Amino acid sequence: MSRAKTSEPQLTRREPAVPERERWLRMYRQMLRIRLFEEQVNDLYKTARMPGLAHLYSGEEGVAVGVCEALLRDDYITSTHRGHGHCLAKGASIDRMFAELLGKAAGYCRGKGGSMHIADQETGNLGANAIVAGSTGIATGAALSSKMRGTEQVVVCFFGDGALGQGVLYEVMNMASLWKLPVIYVCENNLYNEYTPYTETTAGDLCARAEAFGILSQQVDGQDVRAVNAAASTLVARARRGEGPAFLLCDTYRYYGHHVGDIQRTYYRSKEEEEFWRTERDPIALLGAWLVAQGMADAEALAAMKAEAWAEVEAGVQFGLDAPFPEASEVDQHVYA
Amino acid sequence: MSTPSATLSETGTAAVREITLAQAIREALAEELRRDPTVYVMGEDVAEAGTPFKVLAGLVEEFGPQRIIDSPISEAGFTGLGVGAAMTGMRPVVDIMFGDFIGLIMDQLANQAAKVHYMSGGKLKVPLVVRTTLGATRRSAAQHSQSLHAWVSHVPGLKVALPSTPYDAKGLLKTAIRDDNPVVIFEDKMMYQLKGSVPAEEYTIPFGVADVKRAGTDVTIVATSSMVQVALAAAETLEQLGISAEVVDPRTTYPLDKHTLIESAKKTSRAIVVDEGYERYGVTAELAAVIAEGAFYYLDAPVRRLGAMDVPVPFSPVLEDQTVATPATLTEVAKTLCGRA
Repeated sequence: MSRAKTSEPQLTRREPAVPERERWLRMYRQMLRIRLFEEQVNDLYKTARMPGLAHLYSGEEGVAVGVCEALLRDDYITSTHRGHGHCLAKGASIDRMFAELLGKAAGYCRGKGGSMHIADQETGNLGANAIVAGSTGIATGAALSSKMRGTEQVVVCFFGDGALGQGVLYEVMNMASLWKLPVIYVCENNLYNEYTPYTETTAGDLCARAEAFGILSQQVDGQDVRAVNAAASTLVARARRGEGPAFLLCDTYRYYGHHVGDIQRTYYRSKEEEEFWRTERDPIALLGAWLVAQGMADAEALAAMKAEAWAEVEAGVQFGLDAPFPEASEVDQHVYA
Repeated sequence: MSTPSATLSETGTAAVREITLAQAIREALAEELRRDPTVYVMGEDVAEAGTPFKVLAGLVEEFGPQRIIDSPISEAGFTGLGVGAAMTGMRPVVDIMFGDFIGLIMDQLANQAAKVHYMSGGKLKVPLVVRTTLGATRRSAAQHSQSLHAWVSHVPGLKVALPSTPYDAKGLLKTAIRDDNPVVIFEDKMMYQLKGSVPAEEYTIPFGVADVKRAGTDVTIVATSSMVQVALAAAETLEQLGISAEVVDPRTTYPLDKHTLIESAKKTSRAIVVDEGYERYGVTAELAAVIAEGAFYYLDAPVRRLGAMDVPVPFSPVLEDQTVATPATLTEVAKTLCGRA
């Protein structure tokens, strides 16, 4: 049960290896896309152009990107109510994401799912789930399916620290270990179960919960995308070899509230704490500084990437706003296949 | 709409055997497991034990432990696995030993399986079958005796089948396994040893097609699952009293064959709905409303309902036996409805 941080990523891809610099630049770009997407979502909410609410992923980008960059396109993920980052990191397009969030027919689910239910079969996204730990069974079942069909697909089950309170997680981890299923349980510990510090709800050692089932567990700094990617790559390769499930605990932080409407947060966390994570522990800034220090990019190149990502987000949101709503007659379509 | 005897006369073949309902279920599973390599069975004690009711006895010998899989006692967990496996190319048949345990899997059924297709805008499918049981009078008390099919019939996205004969059990289960939607099948655990005619050749029974188990002209008795045999017995008694009862078995509560129910009620002008689920807010309420709405101007009396008594199922036989309709109680209701009490 090693919890040592793995230093170097292990190649897991069956496709030709991508040069290291390109991989890190790609991760930087992906994190930027998620960050800017979420800022635009928050703006849509604040300007009352988006129906409902959204749970923003800002601050946690290192986890989704670090993990998904260790996966192949036909590998599966399951996601959560705070799922935009997972969907984008697994390959969803920004314009169709916005269309879904705005309830438009061009959205990934024809406007039927919305922010909390984006699924995209083409990129292996089995869906975001608004029941906390609701997708843990689905992810483990997809891993069983992969094993039964002999496809070598690996499944990543993303969930937050809140899901550690749900019993079904432990039922499926038990089976995943018994049957050596290719599933990685990625716990994003952003310190809060909605509006309550996880320390008030979660007893004992978090990794020990998985270790009790004989599941290999690792803890990693979720703000360090390189560390996340290294750990995930090792665990994914191991799962693909048939060596069973793993639990990856990622320490991270959500910059915004539980959802976009949660703006008065001082009763559960301080502004100083938020400021610390934003200024000292930002996953994009940390990777950017490393890229510059390594001579892989300069400030100008990073700024150009940001401008490029912003242009994509602006075009995407305009696409979503301009897209037509579904026909009213679609309301009772897709209840049954 | 073919009853076992009708099948015999229609096909004119001698290849019809008398087998039990348990054997019919086992045959359906074996045939589908042979036909489709993506079908598998998972549940508690399904392999060597063949379930406590021995319904699955012998399957693991033919198909091996990779496809007839004993699970931990984790209903929510292994039903969840079924949902995920179904979304990714498998056709799981999940065994929930007692219907009472659907309380443990309700999130997987109602929030996951039922909604995946809709929430994904029609992209993902969940071809999952959950087999479970219903029925009291087995002296199993309050947590192993309930008939909770109304709970899942309530949820859009789920289909619900209620076989009442070996013939229906086999045909409905094969249809369920081939359906691209989540289907919950409730089997009456008191009926596993009931024998009936089942053709040797392959067949399936479409969902949403009611079966007229007995034709009649004076009163319609809509009966489900365990109550079909009760209704047929009551109909015999009523016949002797000069009342001709028609027994209609919807076979699936969703999709529901409203047409057959309504047309039968229009013909007889009187209808009783009998079901083993709790009466309040139950299947009897829904079916009675369907008939009342669809046949109102043809009815000579309000539709009567006969469900299980609204109490937790008690243990003591003298208490338990009062809670479920019997041929005698149903006969009395029918006589009253026909002005013959």
